[in-house]
Amino acid sequence: MPLLEVDDVVVQFGGVTAVDHASFVAEAGRVTGLIGPNGAGKTTCFNVITGLQKPNRGRVRFDRRDITRLSVPRRSRRGMARTFQRLEAFGSLSVRENVRVARDIHRGIAGLVRPASADVDGLLERVGIAAYAGERADSIPTGTARLLELARCLACDPQLLLLDEPSSGLDEQETDAFGLLLAELAAEGRAIVMVEHDMDLVMSVCDEIHVLDFGRVIASDAPGAIRANPDVQRAYLGYSDVDEELAEQTREILL
Amino acid sequence: MSTIISFTILGLFTGAAYAIAASGLVLTYTTTRVFNIAHGAFGMVMAFTFWDFSQRQGMPTWLALVLVLGVVAPGTGWLVQRFITRGLGEGPVSVSLVVTVGLFVGLIGLAQYIWPPEPRTVPPFLPDKGVQIGDTYVTAHQIITIALSAVVAGLLYLLLNRTRIGTAMRASVDNPVLLRLFGGNPDRVASLSWAIGISLAALAGILLTPVIGLSYFDLTLLVINAYAAAMLGRLSSLPLTFVGAMGLGILQSFAVAYLPTEGFLSGLRAVVPALFLFVVIILMPQAQLRIGQVKGIVSAPLPSMTRSAVCGAALLGVVAVLATAMSDANLLLVGTAATYAMVMLSLVLLTGYGGHVSLAQFTFAGVGALAYAKLDEPNLYGLVMSALIAAAVGALVALPVLRLTGLYLALSTLAFGVLMDKLVFQADFAFGFNGTLHAERLSLLGTSISSISGYVIVMATFFVLMALGLLVLRRGVLGRLLIAMRDSPAACGTLGLDLRWFRVGLFGVSAGMAGLAGALFAGLRGTIGAADFQLFNSLPLLLLAVVFGVTSVSGAALGGIGLMLLPVLQSSRPELAGLVFAVLGFGAVALGRDPNGLANLLFGLGRRLDRRFGDVVRRAVPLLPLPADRADTSTHGEVPLMEDLQQPLKEVGVHAAARG
Repeated sequence: MPLLEVDDVVVQFGGVTAVDHASFVAEAGRVTGLIGPNGAGKTTCFNVITGLQKPNRGRVRFDRRDITRLSVPRRSRRGMARTFQRLEAFGSLSVRENVRVARDIHRGIAGLVRPASADVDGLLERVGIAAYAGERADSIPTGTARLLELARCLACDPQLLLLDEPSSGLDEQETDAFGLLLAELAAEGRAIVMVEHDMDLVMSVCDEIHVLDFGRVIASDAPGAIRANPDVQRAYLGYSDVDEELAEQTREILL
Repeated sequence: MSTIISFTILGLFTGAAYAIAASGLVLTYTTTRVFNIAHGAFGMVMAFTFWDFSQRQGMPTWLALVLVLGVVAPGTGWLVQRFITRGLGEGPVSVSLVVTVGLFVGLIGLAQYIWPPEPRTVPPFLPDKGVQIGDTYVTAHQIITIALSAVVAGLLYLLLNRTRIGTAMRASVDNPVLLRLFGGNPDRVASLSWAIGISLAALAGILLTPVIGLSYFDLTLLVINAYAAAMLGRLSSLPLTFVGAMGLGILQSFAVAYLPTEGFLSGLRAVVPALFLFVVIILMPQAQLRIGQVKGIVSAPLPSMTRSAVCGAALLGVVAVLATAMSDANLLLVGTAATYAMVMLSLVLLTGYGGHVSLAQFTFAGVGALAYAKLDEPNLYGLVMSALIAAAVGALVALPVLRLTGLYLALSTLAFGVLMDKLVFQADFAFGFNGTLHAERLSLLGTSISSISGYVIVMATFFVLMALGLLVLRRGVLGRLLIAMRDSPAACGTLGLDLRWFRVGLFGVSAGMAGLAGALFAGLRGTIGAADFQLFNSLPLLLLAVVFGVTSVSGAALGGIGLMLLPVLQSSRPELAGLVFAVLGFGAVALGRDPNGLANLLFGLGRRLDRRFGDVVRRAVPLLPLPADRADTSTHGEVPLMEDLQQPLKEVGVHAAARG
């Protein structure tokens, strides 16, 4: 039984169908990749899973329960957390305070009575941004802010971790460290779903990959099989005019 | 039968004028995301300008009309967009609300300054013409107005759907940056829509003037009717806006015709638009959390607790000295300032920390005062109960808009203010029509504080206690949560925080603080009436809070003194009365983008001097400690440059995000 099931979800914005009968699953203890060209509906899928976007049809099941009608915070309290493609760090708070807020929210009333402090620094250490602990979150580099959002999620100890382009803004070394961290988090039994454009990272850490194109899931398979899938190649290569660099990069990796 | 027809026609006439005003409002809002609270104020100023041209200077009506609608109004709209409201749409809603409230107050002040109060009349168009339909006489002015609303609707339709710039206007609704990438010019689109918007406000104002008179306030507050109509179209659909305007016009007209002229229900007639607005807002669908909106605000530095306590004690000392030295009349002013400062503290919590705007904070103070007078328990119990009642009312106002955000919350406070002003406060069970209530001064632990000097010290003590409480809250878990909620509601939601109840609680606590201030004020004055808590007073309150700094407790103290001085200044120099408001309004426009206000600049001056000369002085006097903000490593006061640079890229990103 997979931890997360997205079942036949449709999202329409006016006349545009952003997600078109998409179905995919993510299992505990594994890293699941969600890839596809720009505008394929990846972030919208995340919004549907977390409740920020109401689907026109379809269901989302989490931990064997139908959560399609639950509000955003209630879903979160069931054990999911996400990061954002467009950063949503609490800009006027320090990095440490950002994680503290998450911890306080997670602990509910208990958090109000006895605020957390000690383990927050441990989390910053774990994602590798302890050096920034005292900085304001709107003054740190993008890559660091993405790691901060990850630390904030971890403060809620989620079963399901949704990461939206987590590695953009990280250099090569940081990306490697990040890959190791992901594997470690999955080994703890969490399900990780990651939207990512860095194909090296996707191919190396993901156990399964779903490819979205024009809102449809065109392939779901292990990295090796995805690499060889002709539909996937076509979807990526057909977009060279939209994102030259991305297509170039993909071509290199896929072919 | 003839009554129905004549009142229907009257309703259609006012509805047509609302429709013209409301469509201008919708146009500016959809293209620039700035909700122009001052829309009616612009209509008012333009109506005065029309009077000036046509009556005072004696121009022919058609020439005055062409000049106002074709030159002055669009020119004003263009200038306002260019220099005042540009770029506000991308920022937090609270900032654009404060800036347009600033315009609102500033324009009223300006009008009073240019055209001092005196009776003025504007004749209707074609005054002696009209048509007889059965028993009903329809004036040419009414027919012209209704026809003009149809013409405006048609022209707007053609503009938006059949022209290139109209297409660009609709495109800029979705994403101005993307529009620029595809060769459009969002600035030109924005200027044009403001030019047209203000022209429509002007037209509505001019058409309504012969009926409701040339009044600073009536014309300005007509904007609430326009909001109500625009809300039915969810601020985006012009056809629904027209339907809303016509429906509201007829509803209002029928209310005048058929509701009783006496008793509680008679008050309903004046509040039909506010009720309409309330109902429409409540029926709005659930707002979705917007992603990728606001980033961190550079807040005024938080003083250390010791320093705050010392400042509080010093303030009390000063008030105690003043209390022995000043005359009773002046002490009354000090007490008033303390009241205002306490109400502003409630805004520091709500707006400064929480990022929400209330346009009716004085109304909550009025609820507290009313409760205090009615309870007739002049002791701590009565005081606490009054605050709790005000808090409950505040929570009730926020409750229906639980599902909505920012702008709608602010507008529902406005509707609430109108309801209380015209319906509740004037009712027999409250202050009564033009009536007053008696309130006893507080007694603490059995000791009655009957002398004004003692009472003023008590009030100052309450201010200091509230301020310290606020600072403790800001430093604690709740304070962090508030800031987090202001910075990113979406992140808070996905981390598991139910924002809706938190927001209701925030509104309640803030209203409770205002209510406590109101109750203390009732005791100070002894007699209070509805006039003390008018909705219109809440706007200068909000502006002064922002001008002096709505993120800091010291800003509230300074703002309270400032607000107390306003009427003093006005009565000593009546010829400057309007100018004072104009300065205040436009000052808020200038400072609105920086919520930290003058207080922060003032204290920032000390810090800047310290940075410059501090080390030299400290070398000479080694005992002096380092200032608190230099002891820790945080980077207060620095503009987040990274964000600015990335903004355009992100804008494109979010569009992609919406699709993918």
